[in-house]
Amino acid sequence: MDNPYVVPAIVAVTLATVAIGFYGLRLARTTSDFLVASRTVSPTWNAAAIGGEYLSAASFLGIAGLILKYGVDVLWYPVGFAAGYLALLLFVAAPLRRSGAFTLPDFCEVRLHSRRLRKLATAFVVFIGWLYLVPQLQGAGLTLSTVTGAPYFLGALLVGAVVTANVALGGMRAITFVQAFQYWLKLTALAVPAMFLLLHWQADGRPAVAPADGLTFPRDTVVVVEDRAVLTLPDGSSREVAPGEELPFSAGDQVPKVSSVDASSGLDWLLPGDESGDRGLFATYSLILATFLGTMGLPHVLVRFYTNPDGSAARRTTLVVLALVGLFYLLPTLYGVLGRVYTPQLLLTGQTDAVVLLLPGAAVGNGVLGQLLAALVAAGAFAAFLSSSSGLLTSVAGVISTDVLAHASDRGPGQRGSVRDFRVAALVAGLVPVALALNVASLDVSQVVGLAFAVAASSFCPLLVLGIWWRGLTDAGAAAGVLAGGGAAVGAVLMTVVGPPLSGWPATLVAQPAAWTVPLAFAVMVAVSMATRRRTPADVSTTMLRLHAPESLRL
Amino acid sequence: MEQPTAPSTPPERTRIVLAEVARRNGDHDRARADLAEQTRVGDALLRGLMRAQLALALRLAVVVGVGLGALPLLFAVAPTTGTVKFFGVNLPWLLLGVASFPFLVAVGFTYVYLAERNEQDFIAVVRRPER
Repeated sequence: MDNPYVVPAIVAVTLATVAIGFYGLRLARTTSDFLVASRTVSPTWNAAAIGGEYLSAASFLGIAGLILKYGVDVLWYPVGFAAGYLALLLFVAAPLRRSGAFTLPDFCEVRLHSRRLRKLATAFVVFIGWLYLVPQLQGAGLTLSTVTGAPYFLGALLVGAVVTANVALGGMRAITFVQAFQYWLKLTALAVPAMFLLLHWQADGRPAVAPADGLTFPRDTVVVVEDRAVLTLPDGSSREVAPGEELPFSAGDQVPKVSSVDASSGLDWLLPGDESGDRGLFATYSLILATFLGTMGLPHVLVRFYTNPDGSAARRTTLVVLALVGLFYLLPTLYGVLGRVYTPQLLLTGQTDAVVLLLPGAAVGNGVLGQLLAALVAAGAFAAFLSSSSGLLTSVAGVISTDVLAHASDRGPGQRGSVRDFRVAALVAGLVPVALALNVASLDVSQVVGLAFAVAASSFCPLLVLGIWWRGLTDAGAAAGVLAGGGAAVGAVLMTVVGPPLSGWPATLVAQPAAWTVPLAFAVMVAVSMATRRRTPADVSTTMLRLHAPESLRL
Repeated sequence: MEQPTAPSTPPERTRIVLAEVARRNGDHDRARADLAEQTRVGDALLRGLMRAQLALALRLAVVVGVGLGALPLLFAVAPTTGTVKFFGVNLPWLLLGVASFPFLVAVGFTYVYLAERNEQDFIAVVRRPER
């Protein structure tokens, strides 16, 4: 594609990110500035920053792509991504802030005083962080190659390098401003083109998004085949296609089905439920559970809570985040739906994650307006990669510097590492996912992120909820629950990413593990805690007082 | 505040920290001391607050669980609900794609309001135990 505005737009976003980062660097003078922005961030800024950090490639590109492919059933992704903040608000927000914990390992130490549990939590934070980072970087590669034709690895490298440098230099204070700016950029980058898309769709006489006799190409299109596959043509005949083959279609031709791309069509796309019946229902509930309960266990979300001045501010911040995130999630659905009309060729190539990037050009046309809109969307996508990667990297670097490096330099765990430690940790934490992103096969962005949610929901969610509300939790119980539930979820992730293809119930249980791993984690945690009742920390009442009593009492 | 021992001699310098003044206010602050020292009364107060907050959170979680969580089941049991249209859009798309977000925010707003009220009640009890 030849669009003169895309590269300047991406460069502008990247430069703005770096510039705000440097501005923050001038302000960041102490370790406290570095790690928690000295707790001087107001709820509104903080909420926009959390929103900016949270709306990743999965939200910006992935959801629309999934909706284009699978239809109404995947609307649970945006609903769950938003509802996760409600669960966080109801059960965790204020007590977690009052605990004074900066990271999840900190919380383990505050509540259960166990070094071993702390190490276990650190391992899970790093795993979840990296699992979440890899699809961000792959999304960057996809975006850059889609809109400029640059090689795939360039985008991943660019985002990886900018983010690592920014985090290492600016720390938390800088990141807060960057993130808040990027929330509004992302919202604008989807909302403005969405208005033009709607107007255009209206002017086209509102073509049906799920026509009874199948989707048709809106204009002459040439699709280049990438994988060997079987094409099922509308007349019922089928033929094999080889990689590199060019398939010409003219306007009005029906879109054939391709065996290499799993997508729903017709009523199956429009209406809930699918042919797999019980398994579909199980997968839906599993997804709901993972996203509702997973948000509270995401490392980059929790880090933000410590920057609130007190528990009530943490609550109000979470509410504002819920509203901001909900507002944003109204938009990707629109892109996914209109993608059926204007970019059906993506259903043939399988690169549905690119729908947000291609739709403005495809619908509005390749005039100046279409090109400007496409550039705006590409800039928003880059903002998404930069901001979530920054947040993830900050939190992963945070735990590495406080738990691994500080330990190695014999300052003892729990001590705030020095700024230098944090910078070294940021480098390490940034290099690994870049290497993984370049070497692991690309999956649907949202699906990988969904798996990260499942791991968080089956490890940290029970730990936080029981730790905050149940006095009987012991370190042994917590560790056993995290190992059982989280371990099972990690196993499921590895099976999905590198394991053999499965079918039937095993495939469903592995692809959407939360519905069995979350109850497993809760059950094991409670049972082992009851069995090891003697290990209940002696100061549990003091801790509970600290977690739940309002700060204004100044106890 | 301490009274100077004799008006003629300059008063001895006393270092006063705000927290100490607050703590010296004595009797009517018993509940706070109970809390801080974890006597039985203090423990009961804290348990009461936790129970109230948890009950509130669970109740609202049930509201969301029923409001949203029942939808997949509804669509599976009564597939015709999926074909109902409002403004030309199928009901599931409207419910999930649009209505769910304001619903979540409304539940969140209710929670923040009620949770703060629970805390105000708690503070009132702690500050004025006799009344």
